[in-house]
Amino acid sequence: MSPGVAIVGAAECDLGVTGLSILGLQTQAVTRALADAGLTLADVDGIATTTVSRFSATQLADYFGIEPRWTDSTFAGGSAFEMFVARAAQAIEAGQCEVVVISFASNQRSARSRKLGGVHEPWIPEAQFEEPYDMLYPLSYYAMAARSYLHRYGGTREQLAEVAVAAREWALLNPKAFRYGKGPLSVEDVVGSTMISSPLTAADCCLVTDGGGAVVLTSLERARDLRQKPVQVLGYGERTTNTSFTAVDDLTRPGAVGSGADAFARAGITPADVDVLEVYDSFTITAALSVEALGFCGEGEVLDFIADGRIRPGGALPLNTSGGGLSYCHPGQFGVLLLVEAVRQLRGECGDRQVPDAQVAVAHGTGGILSTHATVVLGVDR
Amino acid sequence: MTAEPMWVPGEVPPADEVSTPYWEATRAHRLTVQECTACGHRQHPPRAVCTRCSSTESLTQPETAGTGRVDSFTVIHRAPRADVAVPYAVARVRLTAGPIVLTRLDGRDDPEAWTIGDPVVVVWTDLPDGRALPSFRPDPADPTKES
Repeated sequence: MSPGVAIVGAAECDLGVTGLSILGLQTQAVTRALADAGLTLADVDGIATTTVSRFSATQLADYFGIEPRWTDSTFAGGSAFEMFVARAAQAIEAGQCEVVVISFASNQRSARSRKLGGVHEPWIPEAQFEEPYDMLYPLSYYAMAARSYLHRYGGTREQLAEVAVAAREWALLNPKAFRYGKGPLSVEDVVGSTMISSPLTAADCCLVTDGGGAVVLTSLERARDLRQKPVQVLGYGERTTNTSFTAVDDLTRPGAVGSGADAFARAGITPADVDVLEVYDSFTITAALSVEALGFCGEGEVLDFIADGRIRPGGALPLNTSGGGLSYCHPGQFGVLLLVEAVRQLRGECGDRQVPDAQVAVAHGTGGILSTHATVVLGVDR
Repeated sequence: MTAEPMWVPGEVPPADEVSTPYWEATRAHRLTVQECTACGHRQHPPRAVCTRCSSTESLTQPETAGTGRVDSFTVIHRAPRADVAVPYAVARVRLTAGPIVLTRLDGRDDPEAWTIGDPVVVVWTDLPDGRALPSFRPDPADPTKES
């Protein structure tokens, strides 16, 4: 890709249980990311965000006193932020804008705004043909995907639990993690947790927390004059596959197959070149299916692939090094925090959980019910 | 007599101009699947366009065999609304006609006793407005059915 775009700032807002407003948390995320980059609101001419209000990017621009040259409020669940990186890179390379802030924040835990189901507008087909059956949204879709996968390949719930066990190991190394200091999680803890939508238990499900973050992008040329080591956007790809529970024929092969292939091809790399992998883990099965679909192992192999501890600290494939949505933070849309952690790993800022000499990182977001899939390849500027 | 489903559905939104043929057929407990007479494609839920050939003029809603097989399922232990008894099984059923539908599975004391691939047949729950909501139970007529 040329002439090149880089992430030059990254930050979290307060995480966990904050008692703060959405716009208060958004302000933390954006101002901290800008400060990290050595920039201010006056430098920003592009804004991408979701879930502030009906006019999300417009709302944030107004709140910050900015009249942007470019905005994006595409709502695509947790994958929107990886999609925003692609669109922002294109807008910067096209000269439409120069400094883009991508942000998200939620106070869902403090506000007790998370629901188990009932998210469909009454005029869409799902309201007539799916919601009357009282499935949990999004959990029951992932549960059916897990059932399909385990049935087809003969895997076990215990094997799948490794995703949550490994995430906890990483979280124990991250002082910002919601489960930091809470001790390790065992396979027995996961499979013995409260069954919610079988075969997935409460411990197969991500946290419900406040939180969010922001990243700042600009041209690679300008990035080299800023205070942080630039993290270059090397590639991206996305797929949009479904809103309904019934559109996708094979629950075990998500759109990450295509989004990952596109992103790796654009970056000119293969999964073997990836040092750090940050994938959406709304549920254990989300991460497992994504690792497989992105091509890190063959079809039907992921549960055996991760069984040797390779996704844990010190393993060959460091996965969700923050502790992930399962043990670090999940504010409803986790995608921006995948980017923040990838950037920090590539800068070498991660302390006890730092992956040695990380040169290439992948952030892969998933939205809805395996609905939207977006992959971003990031690399240290050389 | 077949066992009736033992649950009370939540409110089902009214039909629109596209879904009216589907819902009208449910009043007579007839399960229909939208079919394009131009290209033969079948799709669910019904749409204003054929997703295969883009026709908007050739869409019909013929009755179909109310049979299929469990594509996948989950047993829900924490309901999304009040007054829903748990546990219960929600499934994707692949209809013999082709498309997949979301549904409940009825007719087994232990909902975890279902298996992917189980043959099923439609059963109906009448709604207060005269329409009916389909769900599925084990298909006793299927020769391949395990006990």
